[in-house]
Amino acid sequence: MSAGNRTLEIGTGMFVLLGFAALAFLTTQLPGSGVRIGSVAGDGYTVSARFDNVGDLKVGAPVTMAGVRVGRVDSVTVDGNEFRAVVKLSIERRYDRIPTDSDAAIQTSGLLGAKYVGLSAGGSDTYLKEGGTIEFTQSALVLENLVNKLFSSIAGKSGEAKGSAEEKK
Amino acid sequence: MSGISTSRRRGSAPFDAFGSIGGVALFLLRILRQCGPALRAPRHIVAQIYNAGARSLVIVMLCGLFVGMVLGLQGYDLLARFGSESALGVAAALGLIKELGPVVTALLFAGRAGTSLTSEIGLMRATDQLTAMEMMAVDPVRRVVAPRFIGGVIAVPLLTAIFDVVGLLGAHLVGVGLMGVESGSFWSQMQSAVEMDDINEGLIKSVCFGVACSLMAVYQGYHTVPTASGVGLATTRTVVVSAVLTLILDYMLTAAFL
Repeated sequence: MSAGNRTLEIGTGMFVLLGFAALAFLTTQLPGSGVRIGSVAGDGYTVSARFDNVGDLKVGAPVTMAGVRVGRVDSVTVDGNEFRAVVKLSIERRYDRIPTDSDAAIQTSGLLGAKYVGLSAGGSDTYLKEGGTIEFTQSALVLENLVNKLFSSIAGKSGEAKGSAEEKK
Repeated sequence: MSGISTSRRRGSAPFDAFGSIGGVALFLLRILRQCGPALRAPRHIVAQIYNAGARSLVIVMLCGLFVGMVLGLQGYDLLARFGSESALGVAAALGLIKELGPVVTALLFAGRAGTSLTSEIGLMRATDQLTAMEMMAVDPVRRVVAPRFIGGVIAVPLLTAIFDVVGLLGAHLVGVGLMGVESGSFWSQMQSAVEMDDINEGLIKSVCFGVACSLMAVYQGYHTVPTASGVGLATTRTVVVSAVLTLILDYMLTAAFL
């Protein structure tokens, strides 16, 4: 009788605990910042790069070179002095021959895709090490800025056309 | 003669329907009134949480895993057409937390635990145990029905949370493991897209579904025709009515949240 009771109590306790653990996971891990899974293989070395605009580049986004994933974005912060974005990239240890004059560009994968960092190799003989910096960067293309530029260039052209039409009269 | 009784039966059908709905509502009030006293004997409630919840764990986790895996597959296929595979985490998480988790868990609960509740209480009714309790001045609603109702209402949200988590892991398994979605993107996009409001919505839904399914199960058992075939009919009715009620409530709650 008591043996069955104990099974019941233990079983219920484990069930309730499991349920609350699941609830806790859902409420704490899901909405918010910070990546739990998706770590770089064999722990990478960290380099940083500064951008004028990172778009919506997220922590955990992949870092690629020639289309192959070589690391991931570790952190995205803003420099209080320069007012540029400082992005820390974690690169896998086996890719230790990336020239120091390489270019880091923020690109979009696919149509509605996520932002990622693409590296293009430079020609230098020295390679990036832990704590190094990538000097040459290209910011993300922000769609709104492009559209604004398009509109203002169209308005400019039609203004010119009107002006030259009036001159001809 | 038979023509008159047929039309009388047909004509009274709407009133019977209203009567049943009224009966369910009044029964709910009666249970709620007995919940206070029932909580003073927690070991009955613990036993019912075990019956309703812990025993449904296997089916909920299994189904959660496969629902998550299917979500991973279908979601990947759909998103790949737009080049947005990295949004798989978002699609799976929102789909599970807001809709699939609460609804599927409620349906599974109605099928596994609801039928068990109905047949248990129905058998007590058919063997006159409930009447015997009344004659001993023990309120059967307080002693038998309320603990089962409370156990169900507590178990369903917990089961839903477990379903959600296992489903997410299944989607991760298929998306990242099988289809090659970026693991970092999977989680980071999900974390930036899921808001506390979504989780609250899923939680509130699961509580409402828990109340609805548990109520249906105990109501059908308590008011069953006290024969063997009557209990069988009541069990079937539990599943059917619980399912329909859950989906209707789902629409209403979703509309209310948007």
